[in-house]
Amino acid sequence: MSLLGLHGARPRQLHPVAWWLWALGLAATATRTTNPVLLLSIVAVAALVVSARRGDGPWGQSFRSFLLLGVVVLAVRVLFEVLFGAPLPGTVILTLPDITLPEWTAGVRIGGSVTAEAVLAAIYAGLQLVAILACVGAANALVEPSRLLKVVPGALYEVAVAVVVALSVAPQAVVHTRRIREARHLRGRPPTGLRALAGIALPVLEGALERSLALAAAMDSRGFGRSRHVAPTERRVTAALVLLGLAAACVGGYALLDAGTPGWQGLAALVSGTVVAVGGLVRAGRRSVRTVYRPDPWRSPEWVTTLVGLATAAVTVGVALALGPEASGLTPPLSPLAWPELPVLPFLAVLLAAAPAVLTPAPQAAEVQPATGQRRPASPLARPRQQPDEVTA
Amino acid sequence: MIRFEQVTLTYPGRSQPVLRNVDLRIPEGELALVVGRTGAGKSSLLQTINGLAPHFTGGTLAGRVTVAGRATNDYPPRELADVVGAVLQDPLDGFVTDTVEDELAYGMESVGLAPAVMRRRVEETLDLLGLGPLRRRSLRTLSGGEQQRVAVGAVLAQHPQVLVLDEPTSALDPGAAEEVLAVLQRLVHDLGLTVVLAEHRLERVVQFADRVVLVRDDGTVSDGAPGDLISQLPIAPPVVALGRLVDWSPVPLSVRDARRASTSLRATLALLPTPERPVPAVEGQPLVAADRVSVRYGGHTALDEVTLSVRPGEIVAVMGRNGAGKSSLLRALVGLVEPTAGGVAIGGGDPRQLTGRALTSLVGFVPQEPGDLLWADSVLAECRDTDADTGAGAGSTRARFDRLAPGVDPATHPRDLSEGQRLALALGVVLAGGATVLLLDEPTRGLDYATKERVVTDLRAHAAAGGAVLLATHDVELVAEVATRTVVLADAEIVADGPTAEVLIGSPQFAPQVAKVVAPLPWLTVGEVAAALEAVG
Repeated sequence: MSLLGLHGARPRQLHPVAWWLWALGLAATATRTTNPVLLLSIVAVAALVVSARRGDGPWGQSFRSFLLLGVVVLAVRVLFEVLFGAPLPGTVILTLPDITLPEWTAGVRIGGSVTAEAVLAAIYAGLQLVAILACVGAANALVEPSRLLKVVPGALYEVAVAVVVALSVAPQAVVHTRRIREARHLRGRPPTGLRALAGIALPVLEGALERSLALAAAMDSRGFGRSRHVAPTERRVTAALVLLGLAAACVGGYALLDAGTPGWQGLAALVSGTVVAVGGLVRAGRRSVRTVYRPDPWRSPEWVTTLVGLATAAVTVGVALALGPEASGLTPPLSPLAWPELPVLPFLAVLLAAAPAVLTPAPQAAEVQPATGQRRPASPLARPRQQPDEVTA
Repeated sequence: MIRFEQVTLTYPGRSQPVLRNVDLRIPEGELALVVGRTGAGKSSLLQTINGLAPHFTGGTLAGRVTVAGRATNDYPPRELADVVGAVLQDPLDGFVTDTVEDELAYGMESVGLAPAVMRRRVEETLDLLGLGPLRRRSLRTLSGGEQQRVAVGAVLAQHPQVLVLDEPTSALDPGAAEEVLAVLQRLVHDLGLTVVLAEHRLERVVQFADRVVLVRDDGTVSDGAPGDLISQLPIAPPVVALGRLVDWSPVPLSVRDARRASTSLRATLALLPTPERPVPAVEGQPLVAADRVSVRYGGHTALDEVTLSVRPGEIVAVMGRNGAGKSSLLRALVGLVEPTAGGVAIGGGDPRQLTGRALTSLVGFVPQEPGDLLWADSVLAECRDTDADTGAGAGSTRARFDRLAPGVDPATHPRDLSEGQRLALALGVVLAGGATVLLLDEPTRGLDYATKERVVTDLRAHAAAGGAVLLATHDVELVAEVATRTVVLADAEIVADGPTAEVLIGSPQFAPQVAKVVAPLPWLTVGEVAAALEAVG
């Protein structure tokens, strides 16, 4: 602990990029394996780190929703396999009434016999999705979107703001819908029904638009979108760089995660694409005059978090390339039915990814309510003190 | 510092310009107060100062507005951000970030100041506005006054030379309003800032103003020293009206001035019988009854065992700080909130069981956001809808609205109305419903004195006809004028409940201006003083 200077360290939020790289490393690991033990340990590690290091804000609670979504996905995946899945040879555990479909739907099947192998395959594939969702959910819970804004490169800042504002529209629309429904009730109109829907949707849309305009006006008058003058050729060159780089990085990333392509090709494309894209973004960022207030520092806990996350992915990809997916135990065979073997090295790597739960500074508690001990005077006639906002507002 | 040269502003689709041939000069270090009728174009005038009009709002601007040497024709608002700081009507709408500290830094980040400079200025601004203890708080959990102070701080941190504020105190309780105004005055006096603010509650701000800018209905503008200009206005805050009544010269603008001039008035009044305030006969079943009502949201207690009843003929005012539970009480009474404990009855029944015409004929409610009540696409359609819903005669809602806010084009979309006009329309819609009980949340926000007077007349007529009114408000002058009984809420409990005069007189926060001037004598309004003086000739 003292190694990282954490002893007595001031609580702070870890750099958003560190959390995202860590989570993406874990997610990449999940895409390379269908081994249920490994996948469940990835979920467990994500949950552990989230419970230890999430913030107090509303986003801190989002991990649970992602897990729930994962469970739903898993259930749907298995249900579809049972109802529509192509029959895999093996142990029949259940026979549903078969519905014969016309000739032209060849390939589609409803009901029929269900084998344990087919269900197992669905569960493995579903678990993979659960693990990936858990990784994304962890990053979401650990980093508030507005903090991510701080590290967005200058060139992308304006687009990122639009995304964050759009994200805030949904919860506001919910509140506004409730208010409009109340108002309809108060004016004696039924708050439900088809006609009410139109009467409610329109004002809610108008309200969202109006708030966005007010926000835009406020941001404009505070200097949002100021930029230096840049020559048009320079602008075109940067745009081309960014687009080319991103395209290459996407292709490379896909190739790397797809077990069918040789790994080195994907890696080469990913790395070169990323370098070009980052170069383009840095060039484009010169146009922006924006600076960042109290930028998040990048210190040893950030290095540790990033490294363990990426190392997990590297170890898993390495093992898969060296031994092949089946021999390494990363893709356990479905038949004959057997308890999956544990790939030792990737498993240890995943366990290592839990290190940020202790090796990072504790997040500072957000103050939502006024400090206690400052009791308001009971009489309103005394010198006024401020109060927490009215909840109904 | 600010110069208007022959400025005419016209919005598309309007035949009349909003501002017409405006010539105006506001020198450095002044606090200029923009006044005018509801919907006269005060907000537009403010928006031209930082270029939002016409760059953002659309429309055409003829002439020239120059701020610190920069013409707004050539500079869009973002390029003026380091010279003009603008605070919107509702600060919450303008917040970009989540916490106080980030919000203060936001503008400086956009302008591209060095991190070290930002760090220092954020600390200075926190100190200047007394926001230190709130620095890590989420903006949405702050009270109205705190939010307004953060909004002011957020633009101040950019070190502008001009600060523009649109109705900075209209949503605030008297205490919070004083807090914000004290800050503004300090900025003008200590830092030499030029402040331009629009405000309807003249009684709160006119004493701080160096210059008054009057926007007339036709869009022309004149300006002058407060003493000269205010005495020409047809409508005025109570101290000014009192000064005119008894021919004080110069006309006092603050309670302090009036008090110093009022020695002889007080001597006269001391000999007169105290004003009689007709107490409505408290007979008949209460129209509104709350019996030990508690409302809790999560861990927060909004109302705690509140017992209250309103009988026919009564106009009851509910006062208290922002967040004291006023809105929750009204919402519980109309059945929008289910009480956690206790019972509520309107006209003897449970309001939660009522819907449709049964509800609207019994109770009319104007919420804090009056715009919620309006959904038609024009004023005319809104009025027709109401006539059809309530079975009132054709045109009766329109007539009511026209009386409250004369001269509005009936084809206007409700969202294009000014804040005060929108409230007037909502009031018209609710009053036309003919409900026996009226529950009004902040019914004078953004209204000018003339409209307020007409609202007062309507409310009195309603009570005289056997109805009941319950209004939650921060407007002490309105309460003094109209309320027969006043209830003070604090910290979710009722701390005072009695005849208005008894509750208001002697309270440093809730006493109306006239009561402060003639204290300790029990006169509340200019009307009462006038009546008393007339009786003796």
